Amino acid sequence: MRLLTYVRSLAAKLFHASQIAEEVDEELQSHIQHRADDLEHAGMDRAEAERRARIEFGGQGRFQEECHEALGGNFVESLIHDVRFSLRVLRKSPGFTMVAVATLALAIGANAVVFAVLNALALRPLNVPRAESLYAIERGSDKAVNHSYPDYLDLRDRNRSFEALAAYNVTAVGLDTGNNPSSAWILEVTGNYFDALGIQPYLGRFFHGADEHGPNSAPYIVLTHAFWHSHFQDDGGVVGRTVQLNKHPFTILGVAPPEFRGTLLFVFPDFWVPLVNQEQVEGTNDLNTRGKRGLLMVLGHLKAGVSPKQAIADLNAIGTDLEKAYPKDDGQMTFSLARPGLAGDWLGGPLTGFLTGLMLLAGLILLAACANLGSLFSARAADRSREMALRLALGSSRRRILRSLFTEAVLISLLGGAIGLWGSVILLRGLSVWHPLPTAPITLPVNPDTNVYLVALLLALASGFLFGAVPVRQVLRTNAYEVVKSGLSARVGRRTTVRDLLLVAQIAICAVLVTASMVAVRGLARSLHSNFGFEPQNAMLVETDLSMAGYSGDAVPPMQKRMIDALATIPGVQSVGVVDRLPLYYGANGSNVFTDTTTDLRPSNVAAHVMTYKISPEYLQAAGTALLAGRGFSWHDDMKSPPVAVVNREFARRIYGSTTNAVGKYFKTREGTGTQVVGVIEDGKYASLAEDPQPALFLPILQSPSSGMALVVRSNRDPQQLAGAVKRTVQELDAGLPFTLRTWNQELESALFPSRMATLSLGVLGAMGAVLALTGIFGMAAYSVSKRLRELGIRIALGAQRKDVLNAALGRALKLLAYGSVAGLFLGILASRVLAYIVYQATPRDPLVLAGAVLTMALLGLLATWIPAQRALNLDPLVLLREE
Amino acid sequence: MTDQAQLLPGTLDLLILKAVSLGPLHGYGVLLRIGQISGRALLIEQGALYPALFRLVRQGLLKASWGTSENNRRAKFYELTATGRKRLREETEGWNRLAAAIGSALAAEPEEV
Repeated sequence: MRLLTYVRSLAAKLFHASQIAEEVDEELQSHIQHRADDLEHAGMDRAEAERRARIEFGGQGRFQEECHEALGGNFVESLIHDVRFSLRVLRKSPGFTMVAVATLALAIGANAVVFAVLNALALRPLNVPRAESLYAIERGSDKAVNHSYPDYLDLRDRNRSFEALAAYNVTAVGLDTGNNPSSAWILEVTGNYFDALGIQPYLGRFFHGADEHGPNSAPYIVLTHAFWHSHFQDDGGVVGRTVQLNKHPFTILGVAPPEFRGTLLFVFPDFWVPLVNQEQVEGTNDLNTRGKRGLLMVLGHLKAGVSPKQAIADLNAIGTDLEKAYPKDDGQMTFSLARPGLAGDWLGGPLTGFLTGLMLLAGLILLAACANLGSLFSARAADRSREMALRLALGSSRRRILRSLFTEAVLISLLGGAIGLWGSVILLRGLSVWHPLPTAPITLPVNPDTNVYLVALLLALASGFLFGAVPVRQVLRTNAYEVVKSGLSARVGRRTTVRDLLLVAQIAICAVLVTASMVAVRGLARSLHSNFGFEPQNAMLVETDLSMAGYSGDAVPPMQKRMIDALATIPGVQSVGVVDRLPLYYGANGSNVFTDTTTDLRPSNVAAHVMTYKISPEYLQAAGTALLAGRGFSWHDDMKSPPVAVVNREFARRIYGSTTNAVGKYFKTREGTGTQVVGVIEDGKYASLAEDPQPALFLPILQSPSSGMALVVRSNRDPQQLAGAVKRTVQELDAGLPFTLRTWNQELESALFPSRMATLSLGVLGAMGAVLALTGIFGMAAYSVSKRLRELGIRIALGAQRKDVLNAALGRALKLLAYGSVAGLFLGILASRVLAYIVYQATPRDPLVLAGAVLTMALLGLLATWIPAQRALNLDPLVLLREE
Repeated sequence: MTDQAQLLPGTLDLLILKAVSLGPLHGYGVLLRIGQISGRALLIEQGALYPALFRLVRQGLLKASWGTSENNRRAKFYELTATGRKRLREETEGWNRLAAAIGSALAAEPEEV
């Protein structure tokens, strides 16, 4: 009933607003007329009676407004009124509005972008049905994501907690659809993969667990929708077609729905192939080697009602059995569950950490922007105190004035938020279709969703209220009578004001950002000049896998030798070497080694876990790796001669104590083969640029063949000029072999990609911080000069020196700048410790960084105070005093 | 004027209901009626009457219609609705209870304690 009345009254008010206003006015006039009638009867003349009646009645405007409020439905109406009024006010000061909107657009845009990335990579689950119960399984205390196939089978068949366990592996394969063989990125998956995830085919059918009957029994392919679109032009007749994978026929079964892009968020595969066909796809077969763990990742849905804790206990029980049954292969078999999609905590941990840190910094940017706008608003409110006083004197309530101030603030923040979001959506769309690395299927699926829009809206509203709240105290304190009476007293308080604190806080935040970004940039610069253990200058790489062209077993080494010899004859080429897998290329192959005296070769007795590379004799020379002691390999170190190895300095130090000690000594491999160390080389970087010195082992490729390979072609000429000759030479040897040709520097892009991205994002945030500091200081300095023009004029007239004038005008601003910068530098150094985890060699105690940050802040201060200082110095006291 | 009492908050609505309950009135009439029945002991700001009247109309306690006053001027007349009558009864009882309680509390003598 009441609600109904309210709605009716609201509707009536909204639709007949002007009519109601007239009625209210008529009623109040009628009252005054009646009163005047009475006064006239008492003997006053009519004009005097009406005047008295009006005075007795009180402020008509105020009562009219109160009547409106009493009628209800006022919120909407006065909101519209406020918005209209605020728009008018803002339009009158376009400079202020533009600066405020732009500041917020930048800050909110930055937050939206960082949040969208965080959301897409860390918060949003994989795009599969019932993603909340999907978990990846990690092994051991270091949370390894890789499992061996036999271990996976045991976990799959013996657990009672998962609906089904599927496994997958990323690899490259040579694809021949009838013309132009090319290399493609695929996920090798277990037969139950699609069923375990609950994915339905878009076209044709998927393979199932029942299709697997031992090695190479399921030559099937399921295409991703994108690959089907780009390589088969959406041809529905593709189902049933046969294509060649590494020269083996595979049948295309179907196409996956467009929204399913595999189970690794940042890897966009071209198609799926059953893991049982690994031998055809990769050339080797790890299906029966329990101790060999490739990159097989395991995931599955928990059964309804099973908690993650119960599932872990279940898995650990199986793990204990496995440790007992296979002591040689299965070391620490304890398990934990992780979010799928980012290779568990291996990548997910640091990535989430970095993004959270970035989000924090972006939040600081927004805070700095709010502080900036807060002081702008507060200064504006001070300048408008005459207007406020007038409004108060005319009967407006303080609440109403505050509301209109808040409306202004929120309008600005919404406008800024909308522009910022618009910009960030464009950026994110671009990022989503970006393939940062030409030879890897890496994408950043960061398309914004509703969460992002919602967060942007909330941030805009919150910041609007935050900086809108700054001048509240000022308005509440305004004494209308005083202001109207004495005009704007240019009170130059020596007290610390809210504005001062805001400025110090803002500068401190900006200094943090500037310091952090400098630490990051410096770290990147150093990592570009650190010693990789090889020389990327003047080296071309031919990357391929001979199994893609059908080479396997004994056919591999002769082909490699032919390629080396052919490439070495190109004019300008100094040396050519082969390595099975390049250092710093998406992780590294590791293996366990034992001391020569160890007899029980179980994982717990391992002497070291070492990076392992298989190289041809010329590799060390071609890569530019320095030999410290002993000899390299020769073409006589083959299957017929005793096993030998070259180790790096760290390996020698750990196992044998020193470089010189190592040559001639023996160690044992996992298989128990005694291997003699014949040479020691310098340390290098293997898995990541940020790693500590790692032990590394180099084996002759003739003693442990590998079909996956990279040819390093070193020349004394510009690599680009060689490219054509290298390409022709390889194609002449085998036209059906897909390969990629790049310089080693280009290849390193991928290793540097994470720190590049980190540096870029931190750099952008740092630049934004600098801009905010600039506008903040400028605003403060310009305002304080403009407020004190008269005082400064008098000082100049009385003979003050330039120095004194500057000191009077800007001393305070500069002092605040200094306080803020010192606080910010200190905080920045603390924050940089966090950065050191992500950015290689990012040390905050770098004198160059400290000096750089101090210099930057000083320059910003100088730049920002330049114009106000000029204005103060060029004052003409005569003009000024005459005007006042 | 100075011996007039300030209204307690919330009592204006009650006085308006009472005044209108004695017969339909326009705004100025309400003011005169309150002055008359209170023996001119209460100070009412003239303009403040109208927001209160609008509020009571919105709450459905009064209804309003335009008519012609005894001065032959157009004026808006207010009369009590059934809900308004009920509310007046309740509020009057409430007020009387409060007044009696406060009165007896203030009249307490030392020997009665």
